[in-house]
Amino acid sequence: MLEIKNLHVKLQEEDKMILRGVDLTIGAGEVHAIMGPNGSGKSTLSYVLAGRDGYEVTEGSALLEGKELLAMEPEERAAAGLFLAFQYPVEIPGVGNMTFLRTAVNAQRKARGEEELSAGDFLKLVREKAKTLKIDAEMLKRPVNVGFSGGEKKRNEILQMAMLEPRMCILDETDSGLDVDAMKLVAEGVNALRSAGRSFLVITHYQRLLDHIRPDVVHIMAAGRIIKTGGPELALEVEANGYADILGEVG
Amino acid sequence: MALPKAKEDALAARLAGFPGLSGKGWLATARAEASARLTATGLPARRDEYWRYTDPASLNAPETPVAHRFDASDEAVPFDGLDRVKIVFVDGVFDPVASDDLVVAGVSIERLAEAGAKDIHWAQGMYGALEARGQSPVARPFAALNTAHATDGVLIHVTGKAAKPISLVYVHESEVSDAILHHCVKLDPGAELTLLENGPAAARFNKVIEIDIAEDARFHHIRLQGRDHERRAVTHIFARLGARSEMRSFTLTANGRLTRNEAVIELVGDEGRAHVAGAAVGDGEFHHDDTVFVTHAGKACESRQVFKKVLMNGATGVFQGKILVKPGAQKTDGYQISQSLLLDEDSQFLAKPELEIYADDVKCSHGSTSGAIDDTALFYLQSRGVPRRTAQGLLVLAFLAEAIDEIADEAIAEDIRARLERWLARHGSRR
Repeated sequence: MLEIKNLHVKLQEEDKMILRGVDLTIGAGEVHAIMGPNGSGKSTLSYVLAGRDGYEVTEGSALLEGKELLAMEPEERAAAGLFLAFQYPVEIPGVGNMTFLRTAVNAQRKARGEEELSAGDFLKLVREKAKTLKIDAEMLKRPVNVGFSGGEKKRNEILQMAMLEPRMCILDETDSGLDVDAMKLVAEGVNALRSAGRSFLVITHYQRLLDHIRPDVVHIMAAGRIIKTGGPELALEVEANGYADILGEVG
Repeated sequence: MALPKAKEDALAARLAGFPGLSGKGWLATARAEASARLTATGLPARRDEYWRYTDPASLNAPETPVAHRFDASDEAVPFDGLDRVKIVFVDGVFDPVASDDLVVAGVSIERLAEAGAKDIHWAQGMYGALEARGQSPVARPFAALNTAHATDGVLIHVTGKAAKPISLVYVHESEVSDAILHHCVKLDPGAELTLLENGPAAARFNKVIEIDIAEDARFHHIRLQGRDHERRAVTHIFARLGARSEMRSFTLTANGRLTRNEAVIELVGDEGRAHVAGAAVGDGEFHHDDTVFVTHAGKACESRQVFKKVLMNGATGVFQGKILVKPGAQKTDGYQISQSLLLDEDSQFLAKPELEIYADDVKCSHGSTSGAIDDTALFYLQSRGVPRRTAQGLLVLAFLAEAIDEIADEAIAEDIRARLERWLARHGSRR
């Protein structure tokens, strides 16, 4: 599904290397987690994959189902099946959540040469998906993320994911700022979307999210590289001993 | 005080082409008085404080600068679906064939020239009166010129609830037309009227509307200034509001080399409400100036000024807005916001918001901002698959929303949103 090879990235403005050779391969239907200390480059990786300005790829590649992501505009990456759930979902005053969702869904369908959803079909679909995430009609009417609580913002991200039906989902610290109940709700939303044709990359500081979204593979990232890869037990090890042991061991 | 020689000469040159003012009757008297006001002030010059941000040279020029007609047939005709009474002016001249019969229940409509021939008329004492009041504390020479030399116009007397909107349609034909129109609207107590205006009017257009809104009357005004790239316009709205009356005015401006829209609004009675709003979008050679002066004289009145501009490829926006709260105008609620969205570094926005308050129990706020598109929001939308242009369009419309929300009629607001959306799809910063 996703194949990242020797990815080197620097911050454009500061001429500072953030990623120093990331290699990562995620198979179809797999759930991978990336853990790592602050500043290890986890969020940068997600932004670079999604196509945010301000980063320069100096080396390497990232293929989504064989297609080079790094050459595409952000909207093309989305149409190709990539989705990034933001750590800090953006508030957009003046743009209704519903308008936003419909524009996004139809833009992607159009880009893929599919027919656009009618207003009626769209409404039916969004209501159905919103219900399972406990998103009420009022939230759909409000401007995008404006006045939403932390939990509402994250649920709104998952709603977008459910509507857009991406093949490769990246969750950037989706657990940050959530209480236990909110986290469970979000995790249930994600788990409902797990399927053989859809892969996930879950970026998190903490093991607790991984209790709810069980990963197949866990990677530890530090100083812009993936330094260790293992099964779910690796996350438990981090939880118990912190990153210091692993960092020391890899040296 | 005598005018400086340069101003005297400029005025003489500008007026050289006009027929002299003569004749008798109330209209001739009003014109002569306006002419005297104009002679006292002269035409504006860049050095005048009120014209610091907008160069009036092309409005003063004796010869009309050429403005080619613009083919706007790629868009539906504005207000086409509305049941309205159309009054058409071609290059500033009333066109009886293209116009509807000037008959609406609750309203009487007359051409200025016909009314002027009558000995006694309701517009006597109104024509030029609000314009004259509006000359202080700031001179508005183009308005005085208009009153003195208007070539046409309509006088609208609303006695009840107008059965239909009145729609003034301004057609631009000649590349060098220089049109001066003066309209008066008088609303009796409790009367209601929606006035629509659209079209570029002329190569150079000078228009004044005087609106006298009696107590409990309601006046709604929606104006679309046409899309001719090269036209120039200077317009004035002078309005006086009685107790508990309401005025809502919205203007959409897309394109136009030079536009100066002045609104001079006086809340005279208690508990009146005046909202004046504008959305302007400009690409390239576009200079748009909103100059607004709202006076609160009555108690517990509310006023709102909401002006938004989207500028790209070297376009310029200007806002000069003032709220004057007179002594005794307690419980005034005044609000003013002027904002611009600059889509590149070649464009500029110049703003001069002012408050002058002589009462102690008032609520007045004003704000002015100028900024670029929010990159984070743009990326967020793109990351969901929305193409960059569409995403920009969504954000620009969101920026304009507060002004468009001032339109009372939701169908018209929706139509204007759609027009803006299409305009934005056709235009973009070259940077």
